[in-house]
Amino acid sequence: MFRAQVRHVFLKEVAQLTRNKEAIRIFLIAPFMQMLAFGYAATTDIKDIPFLLVDQDKTAESRTLIQRFTGSGFFRLAGVEDSPTAVDQWLVRGKADLAVVIPAGYARDLVAGNRPQVQVLADGTDSNSSMRGMAYAAQIVGQEAAARLALQAGPAPPAIGQIRIEPRVWYNPDLKSRWFMVPAVMAMVIMIVLMTLGSMAVVRERELGTMEQLIVTPLEPRALMIGKLAPYAVLGMIEVLITTSVAVGWFRVPLRGPFLELFATAFLFVLVVLALGLLVSTIARTQQQAMMASMFFIMTPMIYLSGFLFPIENMPPLIQAVTYLLPLRYFAEIVRGMFLRGATLATLWPNALALAVFAVVLTALAARRFRKTLD
Amino acid sequence: MRRILAVIRKETHQILRDPLSLGILLGVPTMMLLLYGYALNWDVRDVRTALVDRDRTEESRALARAMTGSGYFRFVATPASDAEIEAIFDRNQARLAIVIPAGFARDLAAGRTASVQAILDGADANTATTILNYVNALVADYNGRLVVRASARTGAALPGIGVATRVWFNPELRSTYFLLPGLIAFIMMITAVVSTSLSVVREKERGTLEQLRITPMSTTELLVGKTIPYLVVSLVALTIVLVTARVLFGLRIQGSIVQLYLVTFLFLVGALAFGLLISSLVSRQQDAFQIAGLTSMLPTVLLSGFIFPIRSMPLPLQILSHIVPARYLMRILRGIILKGTPVTAYPWDVAALFVYAALMLTLASTRLARRKA
Repeated sequence: MFRAQVRHVFLKEVAQLTRNKEAIRIFLIAPFMQMLAFGYAATTDIKDIPFLLVDQDKTAESRTLIQRFTGSGFFRLAGVEDSPTAVDQWLVRGKADLAVVIPAGYARDLVAGNRPQVQVLADGTDSNSSMRGMAYAAQIVGQEAAARLALQAGPAPPAIGQIRIEPRVWYNPDLKSRWFMVPAVMAMVIMIVLMTLGSMAVVRERELGTMEQLIVTPLEPRALMIGKLAPYAVLGMIEVLITTSVAVGWFRVPLRGPFLELFATAFLFVLVVLALGLLVSTIARTQQQAMMASMFFIMTPMIYLSGFLFPIENMPPLIQAVTYLLPLRYFAEIVRGMFLRGATLATLWPNALALAVFAVVLTALAARRFRKTLD
Repeated sequence: MRRILAVIRKETHQILRDPLSLGILLGVPTMMLLLYGYALNWDVRDVRTALVDRDRTEESRALARAMTGSGYFRFVATPASDAEIEAIFDRNQARLAIVIPAGFARDLAAGRTASVQAILDGADANTATTILNYVNALVADYNGRLVVRASARTGAALPGIGVATRVWFNPELRSTYFLLPGLIAFIMMITAVVSTSLSVVREKERGTLEQLRITPMSTTELLVGKTIPYLVVSLVALTIVLVTARVLFGLRIQGSIVQLYLVTFLFLVGALAFGLLISSLVSRQQDAFQIAGLTSMLPTVLLSGFIFPIRSMPLPLQILSHIVPARYLMRILRGIILKGTPVTAYPWDVAALFVYAALMLTLASTRLARRKA
């Protein structure tokens, strides 16, 4: 009896879903597009920083230093000026992000051991880029100094010990930001699609007046709810497969952890999002309210605060505490851990447990609200 | 003119009658600014570092002291093995491990190059790159000091180069200041497109569009009447956002406020018309919302330079980013707000916003006209 009811509602929802070709296309193509867009665009790598050169020395020595800058790949020569007073206009107009000023007497001081000072002026507006730019500049100047030291003419140059850093980067040796972004984008894409669907589930029928028809049927509320959400859960798991294939097959992000555990935790996440969507749907009175509420109060905070784009540890303590309330945070950690670190549930079980708790609590809440809507 | 006023009145009534939606349109921008203004930053300070000192000499301790003295690193653990480092990374207790090998001081004294390992948790590539940069810059500086010291000891003239850095406009390098103008552009785009994208399709769904159609109103009148109320709402939201940013984050507008409003106005006309265009293309609010979200929110987050630098993207995406209007607004806003750059420094960006507004208005009015026929 119960099973039959669920099946009927399930078939009705599937029929409604597939009848609307436009929507189906959106739900199948959107994840692809989002994955591709984010995979390619969401790079925090910084290169080709446009810089202004002010060479007041114009010697062979200053030119070798300049070659180090232009040949590094981090900098692109945007222009040359004779006087440092011109730097102002270049930075204000945004034509260069950085200015390198080589003082007159650079070569003379270098040879005499007087440690000439190279000036680096940065436009601090884009703090991330300028901080990197200044660090690169310091490294380049350091390399030049080391090379000069090694070249030091003279019969027996005094031996100077120097330190060399040997970087060893674990999990992501080439420091590709794509490897960091793509797994999290998976989680985000799944959330966006299911949240939109789930939040429409009830309010749409109410707005169109078909909810009353459902209420007069002898359907049990539980059967109605399960039947309504099951097609979306199936769709969600299809999205999981699509996005995983794109991540592994197209972007070549290594999936080092167990796929089955990833799939199982993804199912938990799908349940959480659907329950959350349903909850919104039972509270909102119009579709517009449902959509705005899910977009502004649920999806955007989850996207920005889940640690997906900005590290949680940089946030103020109060907001760090808030992030523990976001299911996406737990799922993003699971996805990243399983993809890059090859982690398993053996270490990630607290996150899976948190998702399970969210799933139970939110489903119970949504079910209660849902029953009330029907009465 | 009277008809336009009538549509404006009707639309305003509808907006005011739904306080929840109006509250969302005005309150959400402020909430977003608050939340993201505080939460979003890349400022990597106080890197939690694990230190493995296998040398245990005065020299190795001096290097460690130089690291903590820089203010960028904080030692939180002293693991004994690589396995222990991995466990520390897995528990997210540290992001960096510095391994000073045995013989470090001996190598330095003998004039050899001593290798120091920097092991990074590369999972978060952005943070890891920043940290590696800090380490490299610190060691470059440290090496310079070693040379100076050797030079003083031996009296020999040794070549060395110093670096003096100065930062303009945002001397503390707070990424919040970089993100705030972008956030304003983002908020404007989202609220403008979403609000109008629902306005026509809602009438369609409820069947009231037919009633509008049998009135003697022209398409232009309908278009203008439907846009103006939302334009006002958006400009009010902009004001709230600017005041909040000033009060809470100390964001001072360095340039002209008049120019800022004019440019944003131009941008909003295009964005609102784009919302109407979406609205005229689809038949259900759900689809309108999906499309509005996909075509405005994602490109604005991804391709406008808000978070991800455009010049680091593959060339096709760099070209594609030119059709994202927020890209132009963001550039101008950053200039006006942070640097006091006059809008005349960005003739091409202003022109692009003009083209966008004109194009969207034309498209929206032709679409709406066709629906009337």
